[in-house]
Amino acid sequence: MKTFLVLGAGTGGTMMANKLAKRLDPQEWKIILVDKDETHYYQPGFLFIPFGFYKPEDVVKTKKAFVPSNAEFILSDIELIEPDANKVTLTSAKRVIQYDQLLVATGTDIRPGEIEGLAGAGWHQNIFDFYTYAGSVALSKFLSTFRGGRVVINVAEMPIKCPVAPLEFSFLADYYFQQRGIRNKVELIYTTPLSGAFTKPKASEMLGGLLEKKGIHIEPDFAISDVDAGKNVIYSYDGREISYDLLVSIPTNMGADVIGRSGMGDDLNFVPTNKYTLQSQKWPNVWVIGDASNVPASKAGAVAHFESDTLIENIERSIHGQALQETFDGHVNCYIETGFGKGLLIDFNYETEPLPGTYPLPVVGPFSLLKESTVNHWGKLAFKWIYWNILVKGLPMPVPSRMSMVGKRA
Amino acid sequence: MSKLLDSVKFDADGYLDDPNQWTEELAKEIAAREGITLSDRHWVVINYARNEWKTKGEAPTLRNITKNTDVDTKELYGLFPGGPGKLAAKVAGLHKPTGCI
Ligand SMILES: Cc1cc2nc3c(=O)[nH]c(=O)nc-3n(C[C@H](O)[C@H](O)[C@H](O)COP(=O)(O)OP(=O)(O)OC[C@H]3O[C@@H](n4cnc5c(N)ncnc54)[C@H](O)[C@@H]3O)c2cc1C
Repeated sequence: MKTFLVLGAGTGGTMMANKLAKRLDPQEWKIILVDKDETHYYQPGFLFIPFGFYKPEDVVKTKKAFVPSNAEFILSDIELIEPDANKVTLTSAKRVIQYDQLLVATGTDIRPGEIEGLAGAGWHQNIFDFYTYAGSVALSKFLSTFRGGRVVINVAEMPIKCPVAPLEFSFLADYYFQQRGIRNKVELIYTTPLSGAFTKPKASEMLGGLLEKKGIHIEPDFAISDVDAGKNVIYSYDGREISYDLLVSIPTNMGADVIGRSGMGDDLNFVPTNKYTLQSQKWPNVWVIGDASNVPASKAGAVAHFESDTLIENIERSIHGQALQETFDGHVNCYIETGFGKGLLIDFNYETEPLPGTYPLPVVGPFSLLKESTVNHWGKLAFKWIYWNILVKGLPMPVPSRMSMVGKRA
Repeated sequence: MSKLLDSVKFDADGYLDDPNQWTEELAKEIAAREGITLSDRHWVVINYARNEWKTKGEAPTLRNITKNTDVDTKELYGLFPGGPGKLAAKVAGLHKPTGCI
């Protein structure tokens, strides 16, 4: 019996375990899935919780419910990966697993400790994140009694997962404070280390324009050096200082510590991965999906889904001694909530930046690209249903994996 | 523009088209164009960036530079005011850092 070991049972790991369970011969392969957390979080929902648009219970399910029946699920932290010896040591009971093929799907999480003063006295008092369940729930409590003042949204360092989420948070905050009738008492400031609202020129211009239209001040090229939680001020390396009443922080994002500990990661614990085949750059029987890799595509659930199509093919090919296909094109497809029941859609890949136009989709589409519409907002809300019922189950989605130029205006 | 700067091609944002054409002399002139006079401390960063490019094919991130040299982030901002990642890459004759998506 051979072992296919999947580390991390979040979006990517769960999806791949389901696909592998269908593709690999159960007489020959045993699939093991390891995660330290019993609960599967629908992370895109963390965006809506602070404003009460989603309730905390809307975004949680148990991980076991999505584990294929012929796979084993182990609840444990991971102590060490030794890819040269095809060996993984789990923390619980120091169990050691010898594997034939390994998929790394340990994702990324926030590291407030990387920024001086951020994780100190103000953390979850008047400094919050919304990238974790605990953070978004705590922020919703804070916001419900917030009477006004200066709200500073700070992106500490790139890359972050779902790079549009901080912008969406800002748009929704404007909407939320208007609904509560206190928008005139709230000042919104968006601070980013980027030179504009987003990483890609056309989208950056469009999103920057939206910020302005909504009266959200943008402070670009702001590289945060530290936080003074006593004075409620953030400082940048080039000497700027901005005071806040509420600081909404997107701290440094890093891959799992065990990746660093095992000598498998870069400076941020992301695993060097071939960006077209999704095989580890160092070990041919190690594969990487989703946020855990260093490929220059957005860290998003939709991206993990597109990657899974390339991965399942290449894993099968590799097992049968065939050449790998370089099919992953960096495809990102992402709804951006803009408030007032509207949304945007962007669709791009390694080579093509987000462009305006339409996104053709049978039945539900077409969605408009880089332009606000109500249909795009429905798309975002529908994503939750699609996530639980299609995406993590590894079922085929009605969206092609490779990006298409149909409908786009260059 | 100087003869040396005229003799090579830059992209629209002012990054050297072909990193292989880079020389130390060129670095001094690119830096001057950006209003920077190069000191020993600049060279620590530039040499490190060139080495990273040779082994990895791209410009290093700020985090990478501060982790692997004795230059910390504060000093980097002093040396290359504004955007140290981008400026250091420019002076080192490398392409614009992709860094973030
Ligand atoms: C606020 C927010 C909004 C978002 N919005 C969108 C959106 O609109 N659209 C979209 O496509 N994506 C969105 N995303 C991103 C999306 O949620 C992630 O990109 C996706 O979940 C990545 O999947 P993954 O499998 O790589 O990582 P994850 O789903 O995070 O899974 C990683 C798993 O590994 C486990 N793990 C880590 N370390 C260890 C260890 N040492 N031992 C054991 N287990 C471990 C974790 O417990 C976790 O279950 C959003 C994310 C956030 C935070």
